[in-house]
Amino acid sequence: MKLLTLNFLTCARKACKATNAAFPLHPKDAELEIVEVELSPLFVRNILPRVEWEALRTLCQDLGLPQLPATAPEPGELFTPNPSDGVEGEGIEEVGEEGEPTQTLKDLHHVLLETTIREGKLVCGSCGHEYAVKEGIANFLLPSHLV
Amino acid sequence: MSRPEDTLPPDLFYNDSESRKYTTSSRIQHIQSQMTHRALSLLSLRSPSLILDIGCGSGLSGEILSTFSPETNPGGPHTWIGLDISSSMLAVALEKEVEGDLFLADAGQGVPFRPGTFDAAISISAVQWLCNAESTEESPAGRLSRFFNGLYASLRRGGRAVCQFYPKNDEQKKMVSSAAVRAGFGAGLLEDDPGTKSAKTYLVLTVGGGELDG
Ligand SMILES: [Zn+2]
Repeated sequence: MKLLTLNFLTCARKACKATNAAFPLHPKDAELEIVEVELSPLFVRNILPRVEWEALRTLCQDLGLPQLPATAPEPGELFTPNPSDGVEGEGIEEVGEEGEPTQTLKDLHHVLLETTIREGKLVCGSCGHEYAVKEGIANFLLPSHLV
Repeated sequence: MSRPEDTLPPDLFYNDSESRKYTTSSRIQHIQSQMTHRALSLLSLRSPSLILDIGCGSGLSGEILSTFSPETNPGGPHTWIGLDISSSMLAVALEKEVEGDLFLADAGQGVPFRPGTFDAAISISAVQWLCNAESTEESPAGRLSRFFNGLYASLRRGGRAVCQFYPKNDEQKKMVSSAAVRAGFGAGLLEDDPGTKSAKTYLVLTVGGGELDG
């Protein structure tokens, strides 16, 4: 499971939905794996405003990953200014209107899309329910008394 | 022919041999990919998006979402998260090393993501399963309502969902679409090849308020 996904995941129990403590889920005994994913700069730009930065930052800390900056990068930090801006013609097809992705964008891509939890558990801060993660697949089936 | 959802709940029906049969049958694969392309065109996504795939199975639709194509997936490649109730189906997806994240989950129990997570959602041949209740504590109406309420909340304002499903009859068609409307969706039913054996029903859902509350 990508750290991106964990940044959007909440406890599945109805009773937890309304509480703040049901997000984020907390990894326990997590085994990480880096899985290469082709860089999609436009996806990173699209998703960044929806990422709960504080939760991502805490997660990286808990998992012993390199520390993230205190605040989320601004959209302007994701692409280098396009050299062809204001110039007609070449270069546009290759990189679109955005210029080249910066190292900041590439780092975000690595953290969000390539860093995955392969094994472990995800614990709800509200009800304490533990969701197992095996081979990257999280089990969110609830026994009927917890639905 | 008996409908699979009338015989067993999906986690039991799609056991290992059924899962393999389902994903290796080239006829089913062809229909599945056709329907995914149709759903994608109805979503009309213009840039790489985060998509929820409900009933992702072995990832047949996901593979299409992950692949950019100027003709059939011009906004892609998309990033997707798939839910399925069948662990055998997910095992096949794992073997294929699909790019999306996979969840063993029952959409009838809700959609466990925070509000506004997804740009769009897609569901191919899965929603009819929600019309079955597997225990006395659950009713089809209750399962449909939890699913659509959860789906509605998990989509961003202005987001869309397309659910292709096989309704057993008109009554079921109505039950599904009215559950979606009650959850807040703008809903339309679209039928391809109506009245034929290959009729396909698509429930096209929109979440309003794109500009109003961002
Ligand atoms: Zn909980």
